[in-house]
Amino acid sequence: MKKAHIFAIAIIAIAAAIILSTTADASVYVGFGEARQRAAEGNTTKVHVVGKLPRDTQNKPVGLQYDPMLDPNYFAFTLVDTNKVAQRVVYNNPKPQDFDKSEQVVITGCMKGDIFMADNILLKCPSKYVKKDLNAADGATAAR
Amino acid sequence: MNLLIGNLGHVGVIVAFAAALVAAYSYFQAARGRALGDVHAGWLRLARGAFFVHGLAVLLVVGALFNIIHAHRYEYYYAWSHSSNHLPVHYMISCFWEGQEGSFLLWIFWHVVLGLCVMRFNRRWEAPVMAIFSAVQMFLVSMILGVVLGNVKIGSSPFILLRDFMVDLPVFKMNPDFVPKDGTGLNPLLQNYWMVIHPPTLFLGFALTLVPFAFAIAGLWKKELTAWVKPAIPWTLVGGGVLGVGVMMGAYWAYETLNFGGYWNWDPVENAVYIPWLVLVASLHGLLLWQKRRTGLRTSFTLVITTFILILYATFLTRSGVLGNASVHSFTDLGLSGQLLIYLGAFTVLALALLLSRWKSIPVSPKELTMYQPELWVFVGATVLCLGAFQVLATTSIPVYNALLGLVGIKSNMALPADQIAHYTKAQLWMGVAVAFFSGLAQIMWWQRNDKNTLIGSLTPPALLAMLGTALVILLLRYNKLTISAPYVVLLLTALFGVLANFGTIFTLLRRRIQLSGGAVAHLGIGLMLLGILASAGYSNIISRNVSGMVYSREFTEELNRDNVLLWRNEAARMQNYDVTYTGQYFEAPGVPGYINKQLLFPTDDEYKAIARGPIATDGKTYYKTGDTLEISPENTYYRVNYKDRESGEQFVLYPRAQVNEEMGGLLASPAIKQFAGHDIYSHISSVLDPRKEREWSTPTEHTLSVGDTIFLNDYFAVFRAVEPAHEVAGLGLQKGDLALQADMIVSGERRQYHAHPVFVVRNRLIGRVPDEVDDLGVRITLNSIDPEKGEFRFGVSTTQKDYIILKATEKPFINLLWSGTLLMGLGFFMSLRQRNRREQNGALPAEEATEVLQPLQQSIA
Repeated sequence: MKKAHIFAIAIIAIAAAIILSTTADASVYVGFGEARQRAAEGNTTKVHVVGKLPRDTQNKPVGLQYDPMLDPNYFAFTLVDTNKVAQRVVYNNPKPQDFDKSEQVVITGCMKGDIFMADNILLKCPSKYVKKDLNAADGATAAR
Repeated sequence: MNLLIGNLGHVGVIVAFAAALVAAYSYFQAARGRALGDVHAGWLRLARGAFFVHGLAVLLVVGALFNIIHAHRYEYYYAWSHSSNHLPVHYMISCFWEGQEGSFLLWIFWHVVLGLCVMRFNRRWEAPVMAIFSAVQMFLVSMILGVVLGNVKIGSSPFILLRDFMVDLPVFKMNPDFVPKDGTGLNPLLQNYWMVIHPPTLFLGFALTLVPFAFAIAGLWKKELTAWVKPAIPWTLVGGGVLGVGVMMGAYWAYETLNFGGYWNWDPVENAVYIPWLVLVASLHGLLLWQKRRTGLRTSFTLVITTFILILYATFLTRSGVLGNASVHSFTDLGLSGQLLIYLGAFTVLALALLLSRWKSIPVSPKELTMYQPELWVFVGATVLCLGAFQVLATTSIPVYNALLGLVGIKSNMALPADQIAHYTKAQLWMGVAVAFFSGLAQIMWWQRNDKNTLIGSLTPPALLAMLGTALVILLLRYNKLTISAPYVVLLLTALFGVLANFGTIFTLLRRRIQLSGGAVAHLGIGLMLLGILASAGYSNIISRNVSGMVYSREFTEELNRDNVLLWRNEAARMQNYDVTYTGQYFEAPGVPGYINKQLLFPTDDEYKAIARGPIATDGKTYYKTGDTLEISPENTYYRVNYKDRESGEQFVLYPRAQVNEEMGGLLASPAIKQFAGHDIYSHISSVLDPRKEREWSTPTEHTLSVGDTIFLNDYFAVFRAVEPAHEVAGLGLQKGDLALQADMIVSGERRQYHAHPVFVVRNRLIGRVPDEVDDLGVRITLNSIDPEKGEFRFGVSTTQKDYIILKATEKPFINLLWSGTLLMGLGFFMSLRQRNRREQNGALPAEEATEVLQPLQQSIA
């Protein structure tokens, strides 16, 4: 066998290993139901969960717990996933600024006992995308 | 309302498109069926004319768009959504490329510049190369065309009017000529000098990849399968340097401005540029291998074409919206993904089809490489770069797989790895090891005759020194109670070897010709960068960890990350070797160096203006007197944090900031960095009391006092010292005939005394009260009423939540190695380029020298 062939085989082997490791490390989007099931089976790999915050009649999110004076690194909240399953989530970091305003929350982490330990929070805020609203002041000027 | 400028711009875009089409066709006709260098003169004249027209039209479009931003023409959506009245001129340049259309325009502009350079310097190749250039330009301009044909929207024009963009808005039904008074502003994150120079650098890098691609395609087309390499090399060199430096500029901006705690976050947008850069550098090595040692031509073709396709793919990833939730900072989706896909598909299929049809005729080196030939190791190094790029590509494309599977009806829920850093590090670390090792090895071998003895002789010193150095570092780490894992040991060892071997090569070349050492300098830079990354990322040390001592019953008993610390205003807290104190909020004012204490500023109705409550002076120079109105930048609040070294007593001050940034979801923290020679102290705010919200004050308690009395306010004692006439009351505008009195109250805080001056005004028998606040203490005092007969004064005192910040601070050792390595790498590219140009100017050199000159370039390969 020529050296070039050995070299080619080595490259293919490494490329295959890379693809395998990507598949192995890739996470999944699941609901809390499946996250609990995974934990019950002893599978502690981290998953992504997409959800919304439950809100009261004034559109304020309910169930947020953050008291920086007691512990700045403890933030707990309830998230309702796309299947309407609610779950208590704990995040060992300060509460992200403007968490209350977010339309959609994506968390990564896994279930530990009764709660979901999140190690990352991604917020999708209404204002983050294409600007489509003139503000009220501009509207008023125009009406005159 | 100025419709002319927009129409002018739009016509410019259409002319640029049409001219690019004419240029592409005429250049094609000029070169068709003829050998390289032989052209049809008539078609060539037409083609050149068309390309000049194209260039002028592009300049016109650039000018028109900049005018729209500069003159605040908010009737245009682009100006309204990317700029505002308060923006200084230098940031208006950033507005230009904040939007998709402007950044396409920037890219188009660079292509015009490069096209003109090719016409000037590569005359023999002009027709076929420029045919490809013009075709690419046609596609790019079509992205900003903004023309609707039937139901198909082609491109998104930057000259669209606000009323055409937001048709449904009731305002425009009532008054179609409505023009907003102010724009919504440039994302304050981008109001940073790096954002003025980083995008043009990056897009120049993007544009530069087109040149070697066009040469390669022209070579395939004209069956000049070897001659294209020589003119393509200098362009590839410039591309590698510019794109590499551009990527690192972005990394430095992220380090300074974003708060994820480092310079690289493996965000898809970052990866999208990193991937083509790796392949571009690999292709440079391939080209040099062919140019100097007649091997690796097929590799060069493949890699040059792949680089350009990856640039197109990066454009598709970041601009089509396919990344969705996966990235925090891709462009907004303009509904152009179809167009982008056609663009990507067309160039990929055509280029690959052409390459495959010529594959058999591309010359290959007859002999197999042996272990004693540096070419082999250069080749291996280039392969490693490609594999590293492949890993990042495979993972970054996960959202694309989901989209593709979705197209065929399969619902896929694959997500990016939960721990991206661990995932990428796994492969990138070993790529670093291989790059460091092979670069050192190939550099040494390149400059000498190789057999067993010479090789052992020249490899032993750097290898021994590297081992010695590694052992020393491990001992030092142990001494400091740190550990090092096996992969880190290997990376340390190989990076040291790479640095020493390249350093040795530079030293050897000093005696021959220092100009030859460009490749060695670039590789030395890469080695230093690897060491810098290893130290700063592998040994970054969170110094704000777990200092509060608070115990709070938790669901878990295990050790958790407690990386953030709460700092009360004016109360020192201990963080490892430092006593850290948060001492107040500050603003920036244009024209005044440094930061201004918020307590010195009295807010007005216009949030961009404030009235000075006392003289504003820095370094003995007074910029504003008491009562002056000054301009401030209200988006950024700076939190002054004082660090005092517990051992040496040395102090420094950092101002991490919180920025009101509606586009990024509200309040955004940026770090402040103190740079030392050996490490950086990097700290950012994790949470603050929202500066946008009015603070809630308690119901006032009333105290009746006489002059000289002492009271307790919110844990502090205060002396009511005197009553005096008030003269300059900020924001009140005292008139003749007004009676204004102010109480002088001295409040003793933890660290110093504060004067509070609540004011009592009688104007036309109406009573007005201006309370005074001591921000530091969270106290507000109002002078409610005066009883002149008894000499009694009634004060209302309210208190508020005491101010605090939550801070995260990290020590990043030896991060300067990364930045200085980057500079060296850039210098290396530059030296190689200069050396190359000089050689070409001097014509043929004596044979021996000629090979030497060529060699340094090749070294930059490995």
